[in-house]
Amino acid sequence: MQRSPTRDLTVGLFVAAGLAAIGYLSIQVGGLSYKGSGGLELYAVFDEIGGLKERAPVAVAGVTVGQVTGIGLDDMLRARVVLELDADLELPVDTSASIRTSGVLGDQFVSLEPGGEEELLVSGEEIVFTESALSLERLIGKFVHDSGLEDD
Amino acid sequence: MISALRTLGYRTVMLLEHLGHMAAFVGQIGLNALRRPFRFGRLVMEIFDVGVLSLAIVCLSGATVGAVLGLQGYNTLTRFGAEGSLGAVVGLTLVRELGPVFTALLVTGRAGSAMAAEIASMVTTEQLDGLRMMSIDPVDFVVTPKALAMLIVMPMLNVLFILFAFFGGYVIGVELLGVDGGTYVTSLEDAITFEDDVAGTLLKSVVFGLLVGLIATYRGYTAEPTSAGVSAATTGTVVTASVTILIFDYVITALWGV
Repeated sequence: MQRSPTRDLTVGLFVAAGLAAIGYLSIQVGGLSYKGSGGLELYAVFDEIGGLKERAPVAVAGVTVGQVTGIGLDDMLRARVVLELDADLELPVDTSASIRTSGVLGDQFVSLEPGGEEELLVSGEEIVFTESALSLERLIGKFVHDSGLEDD
Repeated sequence: MISALRTLGYRTVMLLEHLGHMAAFVGQIGLNALRRPFRFGRLVMEIFDVGVLSLAIVCLSGATVGAVLGLQGYNTLTRFGAEGSLGAVVGLTLVRELGPVFTALLVTGRAGSAMAAEIASMVTTEQLDGLRMMSIDPVDFVVTPKALAMLIVMPMLNVLFILFAFFGGYVIGVELLGVDGGTYVTSLEDAITFEDDVAGTLLKSVVFGLLVGLIATYRGYTAEPTSAGVSAATTGTVVTASVTILIFDYVITALWGV
């Protein structure tokens, strides 16, 4: 077996470029990150979540600080949403959560508004103040129904 | 009637025998890949042949496919006033579907056919028998490095194809058609997640690399020792591998939704 230094070098460059490309696609584009178990995990209960999906972003003042990691029903049959947030985020206990819409396709996200309390939320606690998703159909239905009643 | 049944029986037995041979061949390659000697030098040579020499066509095709996607996506999205989602459309199409399939088809045509032809002509000129005479296992010495190289190279070429296509889409969408550059990049990065999309593209390309490597080497190894046999092995590799890639693409997408 003859070894050719030039060929070995090009193969080395090729493999390095390939691995770098895989790394770039995974980390930068795919958003893969090493997450220690120390993320801040909070719960919020909503009456109506509209079209909120898992992995929807969670934002404070428009800055993404985490994502929705779980959606389920609680024992009162309301929507219970699990939020996984950056570990170093300091949120007061009277923070409120609301479901908002962004973009042309109407992607929904959870917006957090910090309150003024000194005490901070810790992992596993619930965000008590929540505002449900605005359902356009329900608003229109209500409007039509109400105006119908006035006509009688 | 009887003769038709007899033909059916013969065909079935032949098919089973064929599959059995193929399974044994796969087992032999797998064993040789894990067992000493590792033939590292030969692997490097094969990676050069399969990967480095396919790089130009893969990158060029990637940029072109990305440019076309940018153009088509823009023309369609602009009807809904949703040009801002161009990055997401280009990115998801490429990562989930076009990248792995296109790359696998290109590599089949560029390197898989050459691989089959090389082994088949070694069969024809009795070089493999020569190796056996020297008590060198041709599967270990010739076949295994080729199949392994295909497996290693495919994910890398796939990802390079995808990145070049992102670039092609960027050039057309942003520089030419005037989509905002930041919007393109953000919508692309937001739409693609590692768990759903990048892991899927890597899985697909690894499976395709395995399939193309096995089909090409098996076709070459079992070729008739004639010049017609060499050409049959080459054609057969391209046809079988292309169809298998498309079928497996559907199966993987259906099973894991990537």
